[in-house]
Amino acid sequence: MATDTKKEVKAPSKVKSLFKSPARITLMIAGLFFILALVESLTGATDISSPGTSGATLRFAIPLLMAGLGGLWAERAGVINIGLEGMMIVGTWTAAWFGYLHGPLMGFVAAAIFGLASGFFHAILTVKIGIDQAVSGLAINLIAAGGARYLSGVFFPPVGGDRTVSPPVDSFPTFTIPVIAPILEKIDSQNIFFISNLAGILHGLTKDVSLVTIALLLLVPLTSWILWRSKFGLRMRFSGENPMAAESLGINVYRIRYIAISVSGMLASLGGAYLALVASSVYREGQTAGRGFIGLATVIFGNWRPGGVFAGSILFGFTDALRVRQSESVMSLIMVAGIVALVLSIFYSINRRWKPGLISGSLALVAWWIHQRVDVIPQEFVTVFPNFATLIVLTFLAQRLTPPAMAGMPYRRGSE
Amino acid sequence: MKKDRIFWGTVAPLAALVSSLFLVSAILILRGANPITIFQVMISYGFEPRNLVSELNQTVSYYLAGVAAAIGFKMLLFNIGIDGQYRMGAFFGAVVGAAVSLPPVLHVLLIVITAMLAGGLWAAIAGYLKVRRGVSEVISNIMLNFIAAAIIAFLLGEDLLGILPEGSQNVQTRPIPLSGQMPTFKLFDGEIYSFIFVAIFVGIAYWIMLNKTVFGFNLRATGLSFRAARSSGVNAPGMIFITTVLSGAIAGLVGLGTLLSDTHSYSMAFPSGFAFTGLSLALLGRNHPVGIFFAAFLWSFLERAAPVLEYEGVPPEIVIVMQGTIVLSIVVAYEVVARINLRQQQRAVGKANVELVKESK
Repeated sequence: MATDTKKEVKAPSKVKSLFKSPARITLMIAGLFFILALVESLTGATDISSPGTSGATLRFAIPLLMAGLGGLWAERAGVINIGLEGMMIVGTWTAAWFGYLHGPLMGFVAAAIFGLASGFFHAILTVKIGIDQAVSGLAINLIAAGGARYLSGVFFPPVGGDRTVSPPVDSFPTFTIPVIAPILEKIDSQNIFFISNLAGILHGLTKDVSLVTIALLLLVPLTSWILWRSKFGLRMRFSGENPMAAESLGINVYRIRYIAISVSGMLASLGGAYLALVASSVYREGQTAGRGFIGLATVIFGNWRPGGVFAGSILFGFTDALRVRQSESVMSLIMVAGIVALVLSIFYSINRRWKPGLISGSLALVAWWIHQRVDVIPQEFVTVFPNFATLIVLTFLAQRLTPPAMAGMPYRRGSE
Repeated sequence: MKKDRIFWGTVAPLAALVSSLFLVSAILILRGANPITIFQVMISYGFEPRNLVSELNQTVSYYLAGVAAAIGFKMLLFNIGIDGQYRMGAFFGAVVGAAVSLPPVLHVLLIVITAMLAGGLWAAIAGYLKVRRGVSEVISNIMLNFIAAAIIAFLLGEDLLGILPEGSQNVQTRPIPLSGQMPTFKLFDGEIYSFIFVAIFVGIAYWIMLNKTVFGFNLRATGLSFRAARSSGVNAPGMIFITTVLSGAIAGLVGLGTLLSDTHSYSMAFPSGFAFTGLSLALLGRNHPVGIFFAAFLWSFLERAAPVLEYEGVPPEIVIVMQGTIVLSIVVAYEVVARINLRQQQRAVGKANVELVKESK
């Protein structure tokens, strides 16, 4: 309620333009890498830009990305999808079982079909019948979790009495991009400041890539194109912002929502399939581990934009990868964050925007304090970093966020 | 009119139960099992005196979670943070209870108050974000649940507040001394938590608060219409905040039955998932203290009787599916009933209008 009124008043032109142009974004990313390289050479933590980490980041980020895109599709059309977690479970289970029976490709196809069905189910409940969107999503989570366990008990051959793990599935072929990857590897081993760090990261992204990863990554520009450039996307955003007005202009809001939510389920399910087939090669109970909810978080973190969702999932995937690989590196990451906050604070102060300047300045101080006082960040906190970050964004930047106005609100055709 | 409401109020849950029974029967037949024998086995096992007692003990926790959710629902708040609030309550109750030594009754009282405070304060974060920042309580509470679990997992570390008892794999808090424990009563073959009386008290207090006090009136008014309440002088945002905290405080009690009468310490073995259970029970029981009790008992009954399905060759997780479908069908049933009622009302108004027009002619 409070957000709506304030959004109109505030128009931070200067800051906005900083983030807008592609050249500047590139420059900023380069600056970020520079700080990263600086911190690495100062602290001696080499794992942040190692090829292993960037590869793992990608593997951890894709499921979050898919869940996030799923959430984005649903919310842009005006329906919140809390069932993302359950739809991911649908994806992990069907992908593993059909992958085991007919090969990994069929696993993906099956996951897409069943995910579409689970999204359609959510659409029937929320759009057609009009029950509370959160209740429907949570019930889907429960039914999917219970259903997967039930079906595991029925179908999976017991492996030593354990029915919570599927039989292993053949893995997808991976390939290393020729010419480029070896060159990058060579540069990485040269230990040149900045350039080697960059090469290390790129090397990890070009080595042992799965085709699935690339295909799924392409869904980001595709979503972006659909949302901002296509007729359907315009109608979809319209039914998320103001379904009544959309209906009055002859748009079939119900149909748009049916399609968008079904696609949402499919995307989340594909994220689950990726977990089962690419990131590992079995279905395991509890494999999704709350990733659907983190996907929901990336939607907020990314301000309901495909690019933002992508950035959010990379960031969260990165912390996940560091947690698994080398938790000491998390400390250097905090240093990076601290330096970024400091730079931002200086930037804001030059522009005489005192409040954000003060906030980022104190964040820098906090980062410095943590670095001085704490030896190792406990694993538990690294795990919930996405949740925490989202809460912080919601708390301090709520006025800058632009969620679809009617996301989560019940809408009946022909009534207010 | 009132008769109508009671009729529809009971028809909807029954219809939901029947339809989910049909669905589960279909799944069981697909599995090649006879649903009638399965249900018979479940009922006869679930009503064995020994199992009845443990079901009642479980009902205590579920009931409190249901009441916590119901308080929120009365305000149109979807308190999915019950999970985190219950963890905070049980954990800090256990820590404080183990750290002090007081006379028996006071000790228990201190633990209960600590738990309510911890749960309430944790909920206050979501309440603040909702009222001051316009953040949906669903999103903030989901995030807060994860964060609460992480904070407790961290604090349970061996060098902080946790200990590792000999011969155990589970880290836990220091045990609460005898003065801070609640007795159990013998019933049939088992021991029933005396915390059940607290749950009954909470149920009665909830009903009185809602129906007999000004605060309860304001609460219901704000839930029915934020704007109407506000323009008639109710501090509606304040009511939202207080209701959130109250709901969190009740949620803080959820784990105390087990803590005070059984385990006497908090460990990671404390179950999770109370949020959705509580919300389901409040929906199933229509936010009524008695309705929630029956719903809570049904839930614990299903869970207690589930393992017996293993012997019949059916994976017991079918019960989770059953719970999910019960919730969905009940919500759908309410929605359909509400729409039928609305149409009847509209028709009645239309008829009255026509008659008015005729008379004036």
